[in-house]
Amino acid sequence: MSLVDTALAVVLGTLAMAAFGFVAGLTVLGIDRKLAAHMQARIGPPIRQPFIDVAKLLRKENVVPENAIPWLFHAAPVIAFASTITILLYLPIGGIAPVFGGAGDLILIVYLLTVPALAMVAGGFASGSPYATIGAQREMVILMAYELPLAIAVIAIAWRLAAAGVAEPFSLAAIAANPVWGVVGPLGIVGFAILFVILAWVTPAELSRVPFDAQEAETELAGGLLVEYSGKNFALFYMAQGVKTIVMAALAVAIFLPWNLSDFVAMTPAVAVVADFAFFLAKVLLVAFFSVSLIRVSMARFRITQIVSVYWLWFGVLGLVGLLLIVLDAYAGVW
Amino acid sequence: MSDGNPAKTTPYTVPIGPIHPALKEPVMFTFRMNGEQIEKADFAPGQTHRGIEWMGMRRNPIQIVHLTDRICGICGVSHSLAFARAVEQIMEIDVPERADYIRAIIAEFERIQSHLLWAGMAAHELGFDTLLHLTWRVREQAMDTIELLTGNRVNYGIIQIGGVRRDITPDQHPAIHECLDYYRDLQGKLLRIFLEDATIQMRCRDCGILTRDDALRLCTVGPTARASGVNMDVRVDFPYAAYGDLDIEPILPDRYLGETRGDVFDRIVVRLLEVEQSAGIIRQCLDVMPAGDILWETKIPKILAAFKKAHGEAVGRHEAPRGEVLHYVRMDGKEHPTAWKVKASSYSNLMSWIPMLEGEQIADIPIIVASIDPCLSCTDRVAVVRGGRRSIMTKEELHRLSVEKTRRLMR
Repeated sequence: MSLVDTALAVVLGTLAMAAFGFVAGLTVLGIDRKLAAHMQARIGPPIRQPFIDVAKLLRKENVVPENAIPWLFHAAPVIAFASTITILLYLPIGGIAPVFGGAGDLILIVYLLTVPALAMVAGGFASGSPYATIGAQREMVILMAYELPLAIAVIAIAWRLAAAGVAEPFSLAAIAANPVWGVVGPLGIVGFAILFVILAWVTPAELSRVPFDAQEAETELAGGLLVEYSGKNFALFYMAQGVKTIVMAALAVAIFLPWNLSDFVAMTPAVAVVADFAFFLAKVLLVAFFSVSLIRVSMARFRITQIVSVYWLWFGVLGLVGLLLIVLDAYAGVW
Repeated sequence: MSDGNPAKTTPYTVPIGPIHPALKEPVMFTFRMNGEQIEKADFAPGQTHRGIEWMGMRRNPIQIVHLTDRICGICGVSHSLAFARAVEQIMEIDVPERADYIRAIIAEFERIQSHLLWAGMAAHELGFDTLLHLTWRVREQAMDTIELLTGNRVNYGIIQIGGVRRDITPDQHPAIHECLDYYRDLQGKLLRIFLEDATIQMRCRDCGILTRDDALRLCTVGPTARASGVNMDVRVDFPYAAYGDLDIEPILPDRYLGETRGDVFDRIVVRLLEVEQSAGIIRQCLDVMPAGDILWETKIPKILAAFKKAHGEAVGRHEAPRGEVLHYVRMDGKEHPTAWKVKASSYSNLMSWIPMLEGEQIADIPIIVASIDPCLSCTDRVAVVRGGRRSIMTKEELHRLSVEKTRRLMR
């Protein structure tokens, strides 16, 4: 393949992924709102409501506060949206291989996941509002808090795959080819289940949802980080939120639920792509329901100090237990 | 948060209000913060003064009763009852016994809906919106029954000087009992949801503590005082309406939890238990309510004529859902009162915010502020505005002004 072909493939792939991320992200947000409403005995908005909101926000003007640093204030939402789309380029979508193929691995994704959060922090500090400043400080603390359990989960998985003799264990292609559940015994399955739960609980913090939404905390900070954002900039953050939901769910799917429908049922390649894609969407919705909608309707918001202790103590210890089980499982296999 | 950098750790100021999602009514808070911790709290009420007393002093008490309905959005009967009792004392009216029972029943229904509304609000302040929707749904049963009894959901318009304007008929009893049974069956579930939920415990236990000494020193009233272990309840201490005939015991948190900490959690416990208590009081009222008139005098012109003969002053008190509400009225043989002063329950409770808030975190501001169930539009009775600018009067200035006014009146 010539350089031009590769460039064309990347550009087209990126555009297609951005379109997919936009549509799927906002749809997932709409479904989340509807499901949460039904669980709260409300009717809720129509599923297309996020699209209506974005269409309206895009027509509105950007209000820049007097104290803000304008270039940073305007750059933050663009960086947040662009970086979430970038993560999507490294994740397999059903049977479709990632646009960037084998160029990136799990470590890169863990790093990239911090970029939208850092963009929000920069935007918050650039807003020049006390609420946004407190929100930005909190976002940084939360970022540091959930990084520990997330890192434990990622490393445990890669280590176990390496112990099972898989080359390049951090590569998502390798993880997809060797579903983690297949390489371990009963102890390891319990360990991986624990890590799956941890990833599900990291998701709300990554997406700033209740109970880990201290950085936005409507009743305390009136929106925190985003309090000064309006119009197009806010629409970008909102879309980034939708894409991030897809990213977090797709990451959990890629690591823990990597199966495709075409692996089990014989079908022609054209049908397989569609079927795998639909199956992928179903898995993403399932993960999003449990890790976003269900958690957020059943809990109260934590204080920032409680968030840190939840992630470092509870989930840190839980992650280490999972890791220990996986290590034991690996050596049990050798004995 | 403290990284040793002196520039970052110097206190900064966070304003909350007058309009903010944490506040359901306007009040201005200024917090001096150290990181996430509150070093010093200050607040300025008076953002929602409407001059109801001024309007009232140009009207006769029958008209004022309907104004009192509108002092507060939630306490549709508390202010009316306190005002009516003040006027009745001046005129030495004997309210028919049946009317007293009806007043107590409506007041207790009001307590049920007000406490449930508060519980939902508290859940919302904690970010627990599911509980908000659940609580407000079960509150509807009380609202429906109030509408059945008075004809209105919010401004009941049931109190009249010398009685009540509507009777409770026998065919309404099944609906009332159905509502009370509903809350009896629900009580265990509500207590379980609010008191055994791990996140509510984490957020409310040992948060916003008001010690018993502070509660007494700051003259707090109602559930705020009771949650700090102060055994006080106007219904028991100074019985009025039908309350003297009823068996009521003030609800204190140690009866349920075995100890009193005076935190937000205790205030939730007290209010939820009072829902059950109110249902019990209504049941007692229905059982022993005598037959008879509901008004001292049905002809309005006769009442108006009686106002012109009334001389004297009196204080009407009522245990509103938020605590004691007090109306001072003075009548000098005219149709309209010469003086009318409203002291809402929240007025006594606002100062308790300061000891509760200092030392707590930003995250606790909404729930602590909400925990005394503040009702600011009832509380705001004065706003000093001169030349388009607001100003604050000191105690000395107020004293000087009142001495001047007394001298002027004596001349």
